[in-house]
Amino acid sequence: MEFPILSLMLAVPLVAAIACLFLNAGSARMVALFATLFNLALGILLWLNYEIGGAQWQFVERAELFAGFSYALGIDGIALMLIMLSVFLMPICILASWDSITKRVGEYMAAFLLMEVLMIGVFAAQDLFLFYIFFEAGLIPMYLIIGVWGGDNRIYASYKFFLYTLLGSVLMLIAMLWMVNEAGTTDIPTLMQYDFPVDAQLWLWLAFFASFAVKMPMWPVHTWLPDAHVQAPTAGSVILAGVLLKLGGYGFIRFSLPMFPDASADLAWLVFALSMVAVIYTSLVALVQEDMKKLIAYSSVAHMAIVTVGLFAFNVQGLEGAMMVMLGHGLVSGALFLCVGVIYDRLHTREIARYGGLSINMPKYALFFLLFTMASIGLPGTSNFVGEFLALAGIYKVSTFVTLVCTTGIILGAAYMLYLYRRVAFGEQVNADAARMPDLNAREWAMLAPIAAAVLWMGVYPESFLAPMRQDIATLEARLASVAPEYDSALTVGTPDEHAANYIAAEHGSEGEH
Amino acid sequence: MSYANSLYLTGAEIGLSIAGLVLLLATAWTTRSSARAITIAAVTALFGALIFNLSLANDGVGAAAFGGLLEVDAFSIFAKSLVYIATIACLIVAPRYFEDRGQFRGEFAVLMLFNAVGMGIMVSAVDLMTLYIGLELSSLSSYVLASFARRDDKSSEAGLKYFILGGLASGIILYGVSLVYGFSGTTSYDGVRAAFDADFSTGALFGVVFVLAGLAFKVAAVPFHMWTPDVYEGAPTPVTAFFASAPKVAAVAMLVRMAAVPFGGQAEAWQQIVIFAALASIVVGALGAIGQQNLKRLLAYSSINNVGFILIGLAAATPAGISGVLVYLSIYVFMTIGSFVALLMLRTEKGEALATFDDISGLSTSSPALAWCLLALMFSLAGIPPLFGFWGKFVVFQAAVQADMIALAAIGIAASVIGAFYYIKFVKVMFFDEPKGDAPAKAPVSHWVVLGLCVLVISPLGYLLTPWLGSVADAAAQALFFAA
Repeated sequence: MEFPILSLMLAVPLVAAIACLFLNAGSARMVALFATLFNLALGILLWLNYEIGGAQWQFVERAELFAGFSYALGIDGIALMLIMLSVFLMPICILASWDSITKRVGEYMAAFLLMEVLMIGVFAAQDLFLFYIFFEAGLIPMYLIIGVWGGDNRIYASYKFFLYTLLGSVLMLIAMLWMVNEAGTTDIPTLMQYDFPVDAQLWLWLAFFASFAVKMPMWPVHTWLPDAHVQAPTAGSVILAGVLLKLGGYGFIRFSLPMFPDASADLAWLVFALSMVAVIYTSLVALVQEDMKKLIAYSSVAHMAIVTVGLFAFNVQGLEGAMMVMLGHGLVSGALFLCVGVIYDRLHTREIARYGGLSINMPKYALFFLLFTMASIGLPGTSNFVGEFLALAGIYKVSTFVTLVCTTGIILGAAYMLYLYRRVAFGEQVNADAARMPDLNAREWAMLAPIAAAVLWMGVYPESFLAPMRQDIATLEARLASVAPEYDSALTVGTPDEHAANYIAAEHGSEGEH
Repeated sequence: MSYANSLYLTGAEIGLSIAGLVLLLATAWTTRSSARAITIAAVTALFGALIFNLSLANDGVGAAAFGGLLEVDAFSIFAKSLVYIATIACLIVAPRYFEDRGQFRGEFAVLMLFNAVGMGIMVSAVDLMTLYIGLELSSLSSYVLASFARRDDKSSEAGLKYFILGGLASGIILYGVSLVYGFSGTTSYDGVRAAFDADFSTGALFGVVFVLAGLAFKVAAVPFHMWTPDVYEGAPTPVTAFFASAPKVAAVAMLVRMAAVPFGGQAEAWQQIVIFAALASIVVGALGAIGQQNLKRLLAYSSINNVGFILIGLAAATPAGISGVLVYLSIYVFMTIGSFVALLMLRTEKGEALATFDDISGLSTSSPALAWCLLALMFSLAGIPPLFGFWGKFVVFQAAVQADMIALAAIGIAASVIGAFYYIKFVKVMFFDEPKGDAPAKAPVSHWVVLGLCVLVISPLGYLLTPWLGSVADAAAQALFFAA
């Protein structure tokens, strides 16, 4: 029995969360920060001890504690990366809430720590129902975070978030029950190899799709996201954009694709169609937003659409690209929300027009904001470039048209992000109060600098992040190989010419004959 | 079959009856100040009955008493234990409520005891006659309990409504019983089953439908649910807590035994009725609750909603489904008692109840511990994991899927989202809104103990109980199918 590091990573924030409920504001902050940093350290330990190219499932733990399902944990490279993303963002979230949250601090920190438990649990669960419990349970702390500490319209946003995502996932539960009844096991690795009847796959796929499409979120079920993002406190938005949206993509890659490959191939057109609409439509919507958070929220929907097309390309580039976009977007959109939070804390408005010319009085802030803006656009050298390039390269093999539409979305992405940056950071200092805002303090440096470093690292040397996932993605591709679509832009092997190109056909008869 | 053995098997009922009679005399000959002592004695008697009942699990399983009138099997032991636990909890939290209003009398505990006897007979009856006796013993004491606050108009009205509608339901059951007897020629469950297996005529079908309709009344399933909100709102809160837990368990257990044993061969005849009642209860229970401001009324709709989920397990008509029903019932008892105890604790210094959403707005700042307990209870009732309420829904839906009733499961679970709306409204009011009214007064330790135990069970720790609960419920469900 090796050291149960995954259980420890669940236990640390859980204990801290319970402790926070009973502590005063100051100590709750310290406990939360310490616990999340400790979990980050455990996460780094996890990564260092992860054996690249080793067994597919590592750090496996199993205990038969419950009837009907078991407490089974274990990770592959994909889960490892997403767990790293979660534990990396959590201390930053705690820091982001350090000063801006003043009421019910203990409960707030408890909700965030609980969120961390559930996110790690989702990625580490190796039992179908354990996964579902972690997946669904995330609704409770997020509902409270939005509802108690959110903006003016928080009640509406919290209801919408809760009911929308609940409705999406209950049907998945019925599908899971059917699967377990059919396959006779709740073990996810076994189910990933199980061949469900083709006609049943369609229904199962749709049930899972209902859940993951809402979480992702895909057009047209994305409407909860702008509301939830805008109303949530800064750290809540970071967690929503950074990790919770990744649950949908993780669901596709862990469940829909390997468990129902035939249905995935049959319905890929649906995913492509919705993604294409999402890329263009939400990018255009983002272009006209007056509210910074809403703009970034819509941009998330567009980025997630790149993830879905990448996933449903059924090839290595597409899958790797989708994972890299998820990781990159987790960092970048989280950082952008933090950037909004920094100035929101100073001026208490998210209206773009209330700012302007911030690069004059807040040069350091403007630099960070610029970096993350560029990363969001997908500039080479930043994390999103790697992911988007790979995903689009993957989809290009399948459909030139889809690639064309999605690439247009990237151009639109550049438009709305640069437009946002111009209005906030450049130009005249039209508002006196905005012009008086002080630059970043040490705490804000500590929040933004690590993300900036990670964004550049991922952009310059993505191999560190791709290496752990390579084998798992190859396994997945092998699983999907039988249903992978034809490449519409694949090179066709023609019949070779009989002669070299410069060959001049010999004329009949010999030269000089007249 | 000796009488000694029969008496031994029905020891819990006999003991409770004697205790009830003695305490009734004691109440009659002492002053009202003895009410508390009598309540304590009644609780002790119920504890004794509970322990005796559990001890039967070791040696008395599957034995019939009094020539096949009552059966002591794993199923009846399971149901009776739940009934006794719920009754004990309601007795523990009742005194302060009545003392606040100057209505505390020993008769309350005595009526509860007789009610428990009736419920015990209901769940172990294997003859239509004993079933009816148990049902009426329980119902008649329930009518009195509903109007126990005599000077309160609402309570009297609740009692009267309950009496008239309950009487009607009893009449319907009796009519159904007479039809069943007429077409089968026997009142014993096994005899009815054998007769129906041989020949199931249209007249017999009518009998089955009438019996089930009457029982649907008792469990408050749609379309026979109309009395529930009024009675639950009007009755004194401890009595409402009792109605929503113990008699509900007994009525559901009786319904399950009825459906599985005498009508077990005709599952397809009653399945569609149960499916309709289940889905209608889920939807009506959820929609009806949305507009409610009164918390007790809201919980009444919530109980209708929960009955719908319980009936989904029954609709599967398999041992797994019945086991699911029992697991759901166990969790439901703790959720319901917990919620009503929390309501009882919501009172001002002057003893007035905080009865509406407005009254509890901002509760999380004025009384955080209570608010967090209610939050756990509400999310549990909504069936959101990781709270234990999810497990109840999980097992009934699993049974439905295993029985190949996927459409039923899908519609039922989708409708549960409607219910989630008003459960999260509770949370919204307590946590998101600003405090308006008075903060609740300090609650006595007894209330905190009962609430704490309930919340502990429905917390994620409850999942550790699942292997044990599952095996006990499976054994109880098997008992019905072996008997058949």
